[in-house]
Amino acid sequence: MANITKADVEYVAGLAQLTLDEATKERLVAEMGDILGYMDKLNELDTTGVEPMMHVLEMSNVFRDDVVTPSLPRETALMNAPKTDGEYFLVPRILDTE
Amino acid sequence: MSNTWYEKTAHEIRDAVRAGDVSAAEVTESCLDRIAAVDGQLKAFIDVWNDAARAQAAQVDAKIKNGEDPGPLAGVPIGLKDVLCTKQGTTTCCSQILKGYRSPFDATAVERLADAGAVFVGKLNMDEFAMGSSTENSSLQTTKNPWNLECVPGGSSGGSAAAVAGHECAITLGSDTGGSIRQPAACCGCVGLKPTYGRVSRFGLVAFASSLDQIGPFTKDVEDCALVLNAICGRDLRDSTSADLPVPDFTQALKGDVSGMKLGMPKEYFTDALGAEMREKIDTAIKVLEGQGAEIVEVSLPHTDYAVATYYIICTAEASANLARFDGVRYGYRAPGVTNVDELYRKTKTEGYGPEVRRRIMLGTYVLSSGYYDAYYLKAQKVRSLIQRDFNEAFERCDAIVTPTAPTPAFKIGEKSSDPLEMYLSDIYTISVNLAGLPGMSLPCGLTASGLPAGLQIIAKPFDEETLLRVAYTYEQNRGFELAMPAALRAQ
Amino acid sequence: MKYEAVIGMEVHVELNTLSKVFCGCSTNFHAPANTNVCPVCLGMPGVLPVISKRAVELSVAVGLALHCTISRWSKMDRKNYFYPDLAKNYQISQYDLPLCANGYLEIPIDGTTKRIGVTRAHLEEDTARNTHTIGGGDSGVDFNRCGVPLLEIVTEPDIRSADEAYAYLTNLKQILQYLDVSDCNMEEGSLRAEANISIRPVGTEAFGTKTEVKNVASFSGIYKAIEFEIARQQQVLEEGGTITQETRGWDADRGITFSQRAKESAHDYRYFPEPDLVPLVVDEAWEQQIRESLPELPQARRERFITAYQLSEFDAGVLTADKAMADFFEATVDAGAAAKPAANWVMGDLQKLLTERRVEIGDCALRAEDLASMIGLIEDGTISGKIAKDLLPEMLDTGKAPKLLVEEKGLVQISDSSELEAVAREIIEANPGPTADFRAGKEKALGFLVGQMMKATKGKANPKLANEIIRSELAKTE
Ligand SMILES: [Mg+2]
Ligand SMILES: [Zn+2]
Repeated sequence: MANITKADVEYVAGLAQLTLDEATKERLVAEMGDILGYMDKLNELDTTGVEPMMHVLEMSNVFRDDVVTPSLPRETALMNAPKTDGEYFLVPRILDTE
Repeated sequence: MSNTWYEKTAHEIRDAVRAGDVSAAEVTESCLDRIAAVDGQLKAFIDVWNDAARAQAAQVDAKIKNGEDPGPLAGVPIGLKDVLCTKQGTTTCCSQILKGYRSPFDATAVERLADAGAVFVGKLNMDEFAMGSSTENSSLQTTKNPWNLECVPGGSSGGSAAAVAGHECAITLGSDTGGSIRQPAACCGCVGLKPTYGRVSRFGLVAFASSLDQIGPFTKDVEDCALVLNAICGRDLRDSTSADLPVPDFTQALKGDVSGMKLGMPKEYFTDALGAEMREKIDTAIKVLEGQGAEIVEVSLPHTDYAVATYYIICTAEASANLARFDGVRYGYRAPGVTNVDELYRKTKTEGYGPEVRRRIMLGTYVLSSGYYDAYYLKAQKVRSLIQRDFNEAFERCDAIVTPTAPTPAFKIGEKSSDPLEMYLSDIYTISVNLAGLPGMSLPCGLTASGLPAGLQIIAKPFDEETLLRVAYTYEQNRGFELAMPAALRAQ
Repeated sequence: MKYEAVIGMEVHVELNTLSKVFCGCSTNFHAPANTNVCPVCLGMPGVLPVISKRAVELSVAVGLALHCTISRWSKMDRKNYFYPDLAKNYQISQYDLPLCANGYLEIPIDGTTKRIGVTRAHLEEDTARNTHTIGGGDSGVDFNRCGVPLLEIVTEPDIRSADEAYAYLTNLKQILQYLDVSDCNMEEGSLRAEANISIRPVGTEAFGTKTEVKNVASFSGIYKAIEFEIARQQQVLEEGGTITQETRGWDADRGITFSQRAKESAHDYRYFPEPDLVPLVVDEAWEQQIRESLPELPQARRERFITAYQLSEFDAGVLTADKAMADFFEATVDAGAAAKPAANWVMGDLQKLLTERRVEIGDCALRAEDLASMIGLIEDGTISGKIAKDLLPEMLDTGKAPKLLVEEKGLVQISDSSELEAVAREIIEANPGPTADFRAGKEKALGFLVGQMMKATKGKANPKLANEIIRSELAKTE
């Protein structure tokens, strides 16, 4: 059983932009501990010298030519936006300059 | 019921439509009637496109009238898993976070089927973002198994499997990341095929785990699988991972003959974990193939035991990034009343995703996070190489591998939903195929005593769908039984 | 205690491809908001990236120009973080296998050259632009820029002063312009530079705590920001304080850096290989092909100007600083002008006129052949240098050939002795004082008298001839 703490759950939830209530956090501490503990099974294997898989097929260099193709009409681009002024996607005012 | 065209296979429908024995419109009406009659019980469809289907059928009929070629799937009614982007209707992956989302484009596979003359009848239920093995994780409805309405249809393409098994349409498309076509096909008693990774363009397939996802068909028989592959396979310039390989005419592989072929039985798949009744079904099926001239050899896939762990590390990691885009900025759900960007993300995501999706995002974020990448993600990619190597070595000794598709038949609704790890372990026989990028197929191989279908899985070398189809076709021609209409749905 | 600065630079430069790096949308982000966007660059569900070959080639070209090793085998990675300018909430970038690594750039400093190590240059996608001028408590997001190819060039902490940083940036910009891979327009953001700055006591090895100065709109701004930051850090340390590792902005109006309270979130970007793209393999043949397509770079050109045209190091440096300027100079020489006067005209009057007019050399009407023929007209005595100075602005504005202008305006130099003799006599008559002074042995007075002759002829007098004639007239009327 991997040792997953509430702090771990909170840290990961922060990275994933999720807000979890206390009960969910408690449950995730247990479930993630269980599942990650199961995953620790991989440590039984000696993988020294084994290349990690990068791509299941041996492919490389699939390219596009530098050619401009039609973009979407703006109405279509904005069609699904929860909030827009007809030109921009609108989000609550961004304060950080970061 | 006006007619029984809904019961037919795609090739029967196509032949009749092309011969003028029936119009595409009549076939379409038959299916739409059938859906109206049984889907209240099955709940396979989340959206039925009555008008659009009729319009498409009318186009097929017009082509025939004008003497034009109506295509190799002329008038065949097809349903689409809601993970496929369609301009018609919405594309939601059965998630609240994509409620009402309208795609500005069609998935390449959908486009290609339309070009082949298909008639789309609607969108099908699935586990939210294809995460699940029972379709219970849909945010919309729970699909029932046509053979026993108290059982799950499998997942994540449960709607696609149930719709074909329930004879609501001839063909459906699903997606398979760790077994999501083959396992529900086994649960529902239909044919399901996951092509080689790279065989079918993923453009327009909403990504769950990009290195594992592949689109494939559910059909009533093996021949129909070949027809769908003919239509949807082949390179797509919009998908860098789609293979630049010629696409054979897959119907040429439909030979009822496996003489001289070697079929491998991986010993790691035939352990006590496989129930006795399932074991017997598989053994019987393998005997049928042996009777047709196949030589059965034992092979070993020594890293099988590590596949589930490997799979859940890789698929959750990729999913955690793939699902980041659902943030309420450009499309989809946005939580009301948010006053800053942080809140916008947090509330939207927390409210928009179901518990299984949140769990997988958490796991995937964890295995990629600082300090854990090497121990989990990198380790898993190394083991993935070992799993692929196992298959390469096994295929030096055989032409195809035969295994059960799932360790048990369909389970009861609610039976496993409280224990995520137990649910993950139900993918044990299908997951390695995705990790190694291989083509795999599930075929019905009889009913258990409780009347639920069992599935035989066939696995072939990369891009050797022809061998898959040849073995499957031979089995189908010689299995010695017909799957009857599921009792619950008869006499509707 | 004496301190020294330790500075590393990070430059993001937009590559001037026609289409975006992963989709076919135009890279022109000045178009009306959200008109150069498609499902791919908007990160819509179901889309996949396909990488631009041209963007890879331009990246490799920069890497080669910076003496980098080009990775035979590299890949793209996902960099995960949430921000409204990221369509997918991850940026496709490169993590552990950048296309280019371990290079350097030589900068001239204090009469010698210094190598600034280039750690890496990697390809990534640019982000959208947020605008805060929308009313109603909202910000707007325009995805036109999202997906424009971006090359990130990172140096070793080899830079020791604001001067060196400035020299690094100007030399880098020169190279990028010579390669024609980017507009390098800082105001429009096609080139963006950040500096990581720390200080340490002279003679010590360990690095101090660094601050990162971001969002500076010009090279001179970066220069000032670094100067300020070094002084600030020194003061903090001298007062017994400690430096906080942070991102700092630059307030150009007040001339100070200021702490940008960045979000709490630690930078845990969870990089992993982009599964939607296949590996990039730049084999020897491809690398060689790109190498052969590289134009002559500033340093080589500077050296060639010195040897081929006998220019001073200074002149060669000034001329090659701007590729267009150097091209124009060479075209002028090719059209028959002598190198030295051509260099003087290009660096001097021409440069000044262009600056006044805020116009690029490529955008003005002047042709190199016309500058060459103007220089020819001076050489053969048709016009004076003074006339030429007056002609140049007109040539620049109208594109007219100098011969034509000279004829139109009757500016041909007066080289007719009898005409000038008459003028000389009038000048001597009208200026008895200076005349007397000259005769009394004050050579200086002659200059005044020649000047008066030039004035009287509206500069058309051949100055050499005017000088001779007034001498002989002075001698005659004595
Ligand atoms: Mg960057
Ligand atoms: Zn685009």
